[in-house]
Amino acid sequence: MISLDLLFEAVLFGILLGCFYAAVSLGLSVAFGLLDVPYVAHPALLILGSYFTFLLSKTGIDPIICGLLLMPVFYVIGIALYRFYYETFERRSSDTGVRGLAFFFGIAFIIEVCLILVFGVDQRTVSATYIGSSLEIGEYRFPYRMLVAFGIAIFLTTLLTLYFSKTFNGRAIKAVGQDEGALRLMGANPVKIKQLAFGIATAVNALAGAMLIIVGPVEPAMDRIYIGRTFCVVVLAGLGSMSGTLVAGLILGIAESIVMMTLGASWAPAVSFGLLLLMLGIRPQGLFGR
Amino acid sequence: METILEVNNVVKQFGGFTALSGVKVNVHKGERLGLIGPNGSGKTTLINCISGAFTDYEGAIHFNGQDISKLKAHERTKRGIARSFQIPRPFSSMTVMENLLVPFAFVGGKDGPEQQAEAMEILRGMGLADKAFVQSNQLSQVELRKMELARAMAAKPKLLISDEAMAGLSGNEVDEVLEILFDLNKLGITIIMIEHIMQAVMKFSERVICLDAGKIICEGTPENIVKNPDVQRAYLGD
Amino acid sequence: MNVNEYIFFAGFVILQFVVLATAWNILGGYAGYVNFGVPAFIAVGAYTAVVLFKSISAPLVVQIIGGGILAGLLGLTVGLLTLKLRGIFFSIATVAVVFILETVVMNWRYVGGATGLQLTRPQDLWIFDTYTRMLFFVMAVLAIGSVSIARYIQDSFLGRGLRAVRDSEEAAECSGVPTLKIKLIACTISGALMGIAGAPMPMYLSYIEPTATFNLNYSISALGMPIIGGTSHWIGPVIGALLLATIQQVVTVTVSNELNVLVVGVLLVLFVVLAPDGILGLIKKWKQSSK
Repeated sequence: MISLDLLFEAVLFGILLGCFYAAVSLGLSVAFGLLDVPYVAHPALLILGSYFTFLLSKTGIDPIICGLLLMPVFYVIGIALYRFYYETFERRSSDTGVRGLAFFFGIAFIIEVCLILVFGVDQRTVSATYIGSSLEIGEYRFPYRMLVAFGIAIFLTTLLTLYFSKTFNGRAIKAVGQDEGALRLMGANPVKIKQLAFGIATAVNALAGAMLIIVGPVEPAMDRIYIGRTFCVVVLAGLGSMSGTLVAGLILGIAESIVMMTLGASWAPAVSFGLLLLMLGIRPQGLFGR
Repeated sequence: METILEVNNVVKQFGGFTALSGVKVNVHKGERLGLIGPNGSGKTTLINCISGAFTDYEGAIHFNGQDISKLKAHERTKRGIARSFQIPRPFSSMTVMENLLVPFAFVGGKDGPEQQAEAMEILRGMGLADKAFVQSNQLSQVELRKMELARAMAAKPKLLISDEAMAGLSGNEVDEVLEILFDLNKLGITIIMIEHIMQAVMKFSERVICLDAGKIICEGTPENIVKNPDVQRAYLGD
Repeated sequence: MNVNEYIFFAGFVILQFVVLATAWNILGGYAGYVNFGVPAFIAVGAYTAVVLFKSISAPLVVQIIGGGILAGLLGLTVGLLTLKLRGIFFSIATVAVVFILETVVMNWRYVGGATGLQLTRPQDLWIFDTYTRMLFFVMAVLAIGSVSIARYIQDSFLGRGLRAVRDSEEAAECSGVPTLKIKLIACTISGALMGIAGAPMPMYLSYIEPTATFNLNYSISALGMPIIGGTSHWIGPVIGALLLATIQQVVTVTVSNELNVLVVGVLLVLFVVLAPDGILGLIKKWKQSSK
């Protein structure tokens, strides 16, 4: 049996990991959870963010700052992507969504292969003062890079939750998923609102991508396993629930941490995908969804 | 008068919101029943419970004496309940004829030349015969509405629910659809009509039921319903 | 390997994609449910073949049948879990199955685990000169078989019902179509055919290992080929597979492996945006305009 000490350490690490997973899934929570866009390319854009951070950090800028600097760039990318998706697919409502799904899947593959062609399949890392050392409290060691990611995660989640509940645009975004008609009556343009939301979701990806490469090395094929982690968090939380994302992330993080400690790292992918499948089977609306 | 449909204290909730709270109505065989009520009163929800689009409601629904509450929508269609949709849902990759052959195949069990001839008859009755081999995504609004009814007819229903089949149509088009519904009723089909166009409801219905906030607030002949103060309040507000 | 043998070697792969594209299209094209987890079904076919071969020295035919049955069961299971939900949940679930099964197989020493397993081909060549030629013939039979099945489905009640489900599931249900049952049937058949395509692979390679078998690249090809060829008719996946798989073989041999995935990805996006009815649709339009 595993010692209580080790279990506790796994749980603590899982909390840090979980917040990180929650932050990384926020973009998907908005794009898919609120807007209903079949955004399977979200993890690919996450990895793209990591690679851009990698490139930018070579100029000496701290990775977190790189991430922040990339956010407006990704915001524009997000708006363009949504506009394109809307004009090409959503407008012509006759299709079941096969085309939309196939489109984003294709985009994800194209991004991944282009990254391989440009950067190769080797792992890339960034360096910073907080990467490599740990904080020691008692017998436990908390890697600084995890703490930094944890901090950014909390910051991002709080920021987004406040935005969606306090600002007009934010509340409009929350509403557009549920009742477009009412929104139109209020004088807001649903397409512009959705565009804004998608832009925000992609911008968040930039910072999340920076977090990803801070937390560990990155390689092009990582978008595949992150499909599992991000969709697990969003489904577990329930579509449309932003605050649920944090809880869901924590559950996933702790579960993965414990499994990795007991069964080994090779079982990690099975945790997120298994949890995802389980939720779809027994409670598809998630823990907090509508 | 024989009862064809018995709706017994049906309650339907969506999360915390109660869409129907204890609806009770008996529909008679061969009747022309009108169902009215302001937006959000629960008309479409009630139809969805009857047609089987929702099966998670409380209360019981009996059709021709049998409890159909546990049956899925396609099984209810096979028993004889057909409906049209508020926003037409054509099988857009198929021609009009192929649209009708779907219920022929799955309710009647056959889709051969005989059924194609029957389908042409139905289309002729609706004035759609010349569009039989046109792809359904090229039809106009009123043609789509007629095709909805034609497709419902291809299922050989005993009860037909027409969900706002006339919404957005011009005066002439409304009359066309009304005439079709009258003809179908003459064939012995019980018809429940949901409509906002009051003249159509008054002209068509033998009996009218008014729904508001999930409850039946009034039931009677068209003339009485129009005069009823509760109905006026429901539509115009206090 | 001389050029002659290579043609059979490459031909096997191309025919395998004909089966995969046809199988995918039965659920994806006819019914509108997108399966992203194609490698899971291929792998079930392949690993079932390995287990049957290793345990009872089962002949190829038995391996193929076994692979098909188990892959069909996987299709049924995934369908039961998720076909009641919206399409995208089914798609995500299929990805989940790939990773879960891959993890299981990686920890299963009997079939080689993460390092893989070497297999010795049996000596039985029947009437052929080489084992590769025999496998090519087998795959050709499987390709003809799957296309026949797709053609039969398309013209049957099942095909009519699937098309109705794809166009409007609600209206289909109200027209008497047992939508869940029909989707499950399509999902099972589709899965079984993918398993059948995967079963001869261990013998083809004399080797099996999880990373290549569970590679998601299969998904982009298996869904790209029908979409590019045309999803509404059984001949679409055939055209798409023959065309694209041949291009892929050429690219792999002359340039690189990664590039062949890029080719499919780019063509897929181009077609989905500009020519949603695929090559078949383009042919139809060209015929109509030249009248």
